[in-house]
Formats: sequence, structure tokens, C-alpha cells
Amino acid sequence: MLEYSQDKIEETFFCTAKIMDSIEVPKTALNAERKQYLSTSILKAVIRHTPDDTEKIVGITSVDLFVPVLTFIFGQAQLDGKAAVVSIHRLDQKFYGLPEDVDLLGLRLGKEIVHELGHTYGLVHCVDGNCVMHFSNSIMQVDIKEDKFCETCTREITEKL
Amino acid sequence: MKEIPQILIVDDELIVRESLVDWLSESGYESVAVDDGYKAIEKVKSKDWDLLLVDLKMPKMDGIEVMRQVKEISKDIPIVIITGYPTVDTAVQAMKEGAYDYIVKPFNPEEINLVIRNILAHQKLVKENLYLRQELKRRYQFKDIVGKSSKMQDILSLLRTVAKSNSTVLINGESGTGKELIARAIHSTSLRAQGPFVAVSCAALPESLLESELFGHEKGAFTGAVSTRKGKFEMADNGTLFLDEVGDMDIRTQADFLRVLEEREFRRLGGSELIKVDVRVLSATNKNLEKLVEKGEFREDLYYRLNVVAMEVPPLRERREDIPLLIEHFVKKYAIENGKTIKFVDGDALDILIKYDWPGNVRELENTIERAIVVVKKHFIGLEELPTLIKDKASTVAKDAEYSDETLSLQDIEKNHIETILEATEWNIKKAADVLEIDRTTLYNKLKKYKLKRPKG
Repeated sequence: MLEYSQDKIEETFFCTAKIMDSIEVPKTALNAERKQYLSTSILKAVIRHTPDDTEKIVGITSVDLFVPVLTFIFGQAQLDGKAAVVSIHRLDQKFYGLPEDVDLLGLRLGKEIVHELGHTYGLVHCVDGNCVMHFSNSIMQVDIKEDKFCETCTREITEKL
Repeated sequence: MKEIPQILIVDDELIVRESLVDWLSESGYESVAVDDGYKAIEKVKSKDWDLLLVDLKMPKMDGIEVMRQVKEISKDIPIVIITGYPTVDTAVQAMKEGAYDYIVKPFNPEEINLVIRNILAHQKLVKENLYLRQELKRRYQFKDIVGKSSKMQDILSLLRTVAKSNSTVLINGESGTGKELIARAIHSTSLRAQGPFVAVSCAALPESLLESELFGHEKGAFTGAVSTRKGKFEMADNGTLFLDEVGDMDIRTQADFLRVLEEREFRRLGGSELIKVDVRVLSATNKNLEKLVEKGEFREDLYYRLNVVAMEVPPLRERREDIPLLIEHFVKKYAIENGKTIKFVDGDALDILIKYDWPGNVRELENTIERAIVVVKKHFIGLEELPTLIKDKASTVAKDAEYSDETLSLQDIEKNHIETILEATEWNIKKAADVLEIDRTTLYNKLKKYKLKRPKG
């Protein structure tokens, strides 16, 4: 799974991607009432663990993420910043009571990683429903969109790379 | 360039404000968050917002009260009430008070996204609708160019010719002669009619504001430039830019303006991006630009740029024969607007209106008729509905002409009126008959009856 994500990042952003050692999810991130983890806390932990020579970093977690105003999020990023975090919790077929599908999970994770990293390059949500930068409200929308940028977003990201 | 929707968030919880601002910026919206209703009201007073997200429970002023006060300032701003403590009562109250929606924190991402998109799409339609209504209303005013006089016929003929070209046109004329109407008529009969018509008055704005008004500015270009704003040049792209009172433009702005006219491209204040536009420029002035050029107050090169085609709109006193037609037109217009049935303007009042010199031109005449229609209680407008000033001045003219209407019979009034119209039309029988709305044979018969003869020389 991680290797697939690594390949996806390298081919999309024309860069070298490295898999780091895992870090602990901060205990303070847990909201016991919601049984979810505050995404912002995890994002801060990822930032704290970012090596100096790193251009961008994305944390991948299995816990269910939330921000206070939303019921859940697939991931979060610093807009025009360095770090992002993505959760596989709701990308997994098992969450929906369906049999495990590793390939599908890898594909979904790849899309969300590219999406969040897109934000770190300053891209905002795209109106093109096929573009990876299109906002996904549900797993269905994650599946509908492609794992690459539309023409407009490609132009924008190329300028930034 | 796409305009970024502006969203104001009002919530006393810092974490809610922060996460909403972050989430909205990821979604491509620009948002500002404040922590109480008083600050929100100040924000609403200071700029236009596309949407307000207002928390229901706040210590200083609750969301419903914020909504009430905001609606008093701007009743059309859509407001969504957000709450972590939903009840049926508060939901019903919020909707009754005019909330666009009522949503519960934490939001389902799909729900909040849909609500915001629907509101913004609706707002876009409302704005478009408002713009189109205003434009439609203005286009109808083309019929406001009323005049059968030879001078107005010449103007309309020139107007039709220049409308087809792309030339700059300089419209000269005293205040109130209808220069903007002429400009609008050129635009609406030109190939650019489907594009925008954007008017800007150079006299109404100080130098610094005029530049920003014409060319726009980037956020932070100067104190008070809180957001990027398009200038009139950009707004008029593929349409027409009408510069009223162009003689009042300061020398520095004239230089910038000339450059844009020549190169058809410019940068917003504080901006680096070169913006290309396709704009036709029409301008108007009541000043003598040639004299301003001689005095060094107006650039000669700009003058020649603007004055490719010159149109002179005559003052009303030089086309008195149009006055009865204009009166008829304004009577109809304002009678409908005020829901009144006004059948005519009586002979005495008409006489005064024709004799008066109208220093404020058509605009003054229009205002006089509008006022008369508002105050009139009969089915016609008589002397008592006319302002004293106009009656006094017009009767001075009448006395000068050794004419007193108090002792005249109906036949004498008719004779005098025909004589006035004939003088005004320079004894052109066809034109006079048209103004009087009688046929030429009838007019000849009346000339015979009243022994009226064309003066010699």
C-alpha cells in the first residue's frame, strides 16, 4: 500500500518520495465523544516530525479524522504549505460493511494523497468532477474522480513544481 | 477573471472559526471570521458579502438577532444559521426570520458544500437578474431621445452612422441635454450592444479614486484596498466605456488613459498582470475642450484621440419646437409611473413651458413635468402646477414680447402658438405641422385665417 502511494507521488509530482518511520498519533487528538481524531492535531505532529530537507510531507493514518465543523474528513492539508494528512479509515471497503479490496483502497488512497498534496502546492477545489482536486464529500465521489489533475490544474501545478 | 465568493463567519468558538476558514479556503472561497454579532454588523456595513454563516448561540448577541440587524442593512444577503444545539423551535424561528438554511454542527461535508454552492449559484442569478433589469430599463430609455427638430434629426442620423463604426465619439453639450442618452443609444445600436455599457463620471471622483475606478486595483494596493477589484475598463470589456465630464479628468490620469486607449492594455493599481481589453470609448463634456487644451489643462493628443467623431447636442432653447413633443413624452411616462390619468397640458401652461429658456435643458423640463404630475389633482396640467420661478421667467420673456396671455381669446392663443412654432421651425411648414400635429393643409388654412406671413429677410 505504502509503496503504491510512493510510486503515485513520484510519477505525479516528478520527485523522489521516501517512506519514513511511523509516528504515534497524539493521544490528545482523540475526541472520545465523537470517537474520532482531530485532524489538526495529527497534522501538527506530522509537521513536528518533518526533516529539514523535505519539501512536502504527507502522513497516512488508519484513524477516523474530523475537524470540529465537519462530521468527518478524508484528509487535511496546509494550503500552500508543507504538510498533509490522509486517513484510510473511510477509504476502506470494510468501513461500509463490504469485503476488503486492497487494490481499490490503494487507488483511493493515491487519489486522496495527490489531492491533499495539491493543496500544499496552493491548488483549491476544482469544479471538474473528474479532476483529482474535485472536492469529495463521499466515497462515491472519490471513486468517480480520476487520480490525476485536469488540464487547468495541471497547468497550475506545473508552474509550481 | 473569476470573482471569488466572499463569506463571513460569525461564531464565538475559535476552533469553529479556524476550521471553517481553512475548509472554505481549500474550497476556493475567501472568508473572514468574527467572534460576535457586533463585529459582524460592522463587517456587513463595510463591504458586500455573498453569504453569512452565523452561529445561533453566542453570548453577546444571538444568531437570530444578528440576522435581524444584518437584514436591516442589506435584506438580500443570504444567511445560514449554524448550531451545535438544534431544536425544532429555533429551526422554525430561524427560517421565519428569513434564514436561507439551518444546519447542525458538525456539518456533513456533502450537506454544507451543497448548501453553499446552491446559495452562491442563486446569488449569481440574482445579481445577473438585477443587472439585466437595469440594462433593460436603460435601453428602453432610447425612446427618451425625442425630437423632430432638424437639429435632433441630424444628431440621430449621425448617431446611426457612428454606431456601426468602432470610433471614439466626443459628445458635447450643456448639462441636461441628454449626452448619456446619446451614448447609450450609440452603444445599443452598435455591434457591441450585447456587451456591457459602463458609465463613469470623471467629475464625481478625486484623482486617486478615478485611477482605481478606471483601472481597478489589487488587494493591498493602497490603504482601504481590502480586496481585488475590477476597474471600469475591465468591466467594459467587449462593450462600451462612457466617460462623462471628461474635461474634469486630471492631467496624470489623462496620460494613463491615453496610453490605455493606444495600447488597449493596462495593469491594475498594485498589479503586475497585463490585462488586455476590447473597449469602445465614448466621452462627453459640457466644457470647451479646445480651450482647455490651449490653457494646458487637457492633453492635446488625448483630445484628438477622443474627438474622432464629434457630436453636438443642442440646448433645448435652440430646439423649442421639440418642447411640446418632450412634454407629451414625459407626461405619458410619469402619468404611468404615478398611476394617474393626465390627458393634456393646458394652453397657458404649454405657452409658459415653450417660452421658458430651460437652462437645465431636457433634464429640467423632465423634472418640471414629473413634479407637476405628482402634485396635480385634475386630469390636465395647468399653470398652478408649474413652479413660480419658471412662470416668472417665462412671463418676463412674454412681457418683452409685449404679449399678455391674460386678455387673449382662445383664437389669439392658437394664433400665438402657431406663430411660436413657426418661428422655432424657421417657418418650415412641414416641421411646424408635425409639431402641431395637424396636416399641412390645415396649417395653411390657419395661416390664411390669422393672416400670418413669413417675415421677410
